[in-house]
Amino acid sequence: MNTALLAHLWEEIVAPRMHIPDGFLSWPVALIFWVITIGLLLVAVRKTQQQLGERQIPLMGVMAAFIFAAQMINFPVAGGTSGHLLGGVLAAAMLGPWAGMLVMACVIIVQGLLFQDGGLLVMGANIFNMGLVTAALGSLYHGLAGRQSKGVRLVTAGVLAWLSVVAGALFTALELGFSGTSPFGVAVPAMLSVHVLIGIGEGLITMAALAFVMQVRPDLEAVEAVRTGGGRGWVVVGLVIALIVVVLSPIASANPDGLERVAIDMGFEKMAAAPPYELLPDYVIPFLGETPLSTILAGVIGALVVAAVAFAVGRALHRRAATA
Amino acid sequence: MLQNTLDRYATRTSIVHDLDPRVKVVATLLAILSVLLLPDGAWVAYFLTWCAVLAVAYAARLGAAFILRRSLVALPFALVAITLVFTLPGQIIFTLQLGAWELKASDAGLMRFAGILARSWLSVQLAILLTATTRAPDLLHALRHLRVPGLLVTILAFMLRYLFVLVDEVERLLRARQARSALSTAGKGGGSLLWRARVAGNMTGQLFLRSFERSDRIYNAMLARGFRGRFVTINPHTMRQRDWMALGLALAVLVVVQWLGRVLS
Repeated sequence: MNTALLAHLWEEIVAPRMHIPDGFLSWPVALIFWVITIGLLLVAVRKTQQQLGERQIPLMGVMAAFIFAAQMINFPVAGGTSGHLLGGVLAAAMLGPWAGMLVMACVIIVQGLLFQDGGLLVMGANIFNMGLVTAALGSLYHGLAGRQSKGVRLVTAGVLAWLSVVAGALFTALELGFSGTSPFGVAVPAMLSVHVLIGIGEGLITMAALAFVMQVRPDLEAVEAVRTGGGRGWVVVGLVIALIVVVLSPIASANPDGLERVAIDMGFEKMAAAPPYELLPDYVIPFLGETPLSTILAGVIGALVVAAVAFAVGRALHRRAATA
Repeated sequence: MLQNTLDRYATRTSIVHDLDPRVKVVATLLAILSVLLLPDGAWVAYFLTWCAVLAVAYAARLGAAFILRRSLVALPFALVAITLVFTLPGQIIFTLQLGAWELKASDAGLMRFAGILARSWLSVQLAILLTATTRAPDLLHALRHLRVPGLLVTILAFMLRYLFVLVDEVERLLRARQARSALSTAGKGGGSLLWRARVAGNMTGQLFLRSFERSDRIYNAMLARGFRGRFVTINPHTMRQRDWMALGLALAVLVVVQWLGRVLS
């Protein structure tokens, strides 16, 4: 029905914000993303501890503060809007994917815990959208363009930064949709159309910042000790996320009404075959009145499956790193 | 300056400030979970939760005005859910005529929207209570006790220590840019879009290098002062009787709220 107008209102006021507050995600969605996030962060902690020395711990703390502060650097774009950095790709390019993930997670934890920018129970989803997805895409920077010329590296970083913002927005919109907080037909197109533009700012700043660092401190790019991972496994992870965004986005903008079905199919495929399909309605309209036992079971089963997949991926990456 | 706004309330003294940070973290998380689990339309339960928030704020000598003002942070996001009013099927309450558009508001949609609004607003107030009554280092220490990986907590500790230094650094960078680029009538700070983005990127790169070099100096300074890989605290953080009582009281209130929410909705 009148989704076009609603989407327009939505675009103007809400969509530029990606920090989801508490109350906007249903508890199964919040739980699933907490499990994914905790799983990935535990792997990241282990990998970082293995590969980094004590010296790098203050570095990561200061880098987290840097990302937080760098998000305040904005520049006017057009019509009163301004572009600013999210920083996931920049963090991963500078520090490597695992350390980049930890740094981004810390940024979002502090924003939620101390500044109420993003909720506490939904923090798992926020860390996933803005930290883990963006850092995973950022890891492609070394995987794809590590040995290329300066120009190619910069363009790769710019494209990845743009893609990371779009991917984060897409995940945010899908989570809101699955929570029954906003119809897919409104949330996904609105979120995407705004962040396709916001992402350009991210891409330009990331490119310029990297170019600046390359010019002033070319030695820093070669600080291999700081970087952890960045191998072939990461290229696969990054490409999968990129593929999800690239495939889903055109469907979203071309056919918002048919999106709900597609989003459910693809979304759950992407979440590694979460709960059985007949339990889906409970996700779309969670607990009006009594909480049905089936919803609880669905949430737990989904969480367990996702946890298993997350740990399997972590294991595989670990083995790969060990053999490499 | 930012530091002040954070610590102004957290460094006060009151019964709530004095509680063990673990109790406050766990109670806050459970309370937010309780709010999230309340069904739409359980207004008595929502109201009771709000009364509990105000009571804690009173006990913490924070003042309701402060909590209310800070709780507006999450308000813009509420519009995410406003679409539900017009898209959920149900009995039509009113029709909104906006130009060529006709929006039909349904009772089910309105109820769901009001529920989401109430839940997010209460959750934000609970989170504000936690932050306003707990100093950041205590909060981190509580996280460590609650089995958050030590590496993560250490990074967070470093981050908090240098956050305000770097924010000040950014403010200097922004001021320098403002002083050097005139505003045109259109409100654009000089140059083309690409030029503006490049300036912002250079500032980011500059900030990165300053941060990077600072972290090196920090590490050397810490080694000079006997750092051996982890932070220690002079605050022992042991659970006293009143900490357990406070946790028990919080749990009891939440159970009553949940029960009322199921019975009276």
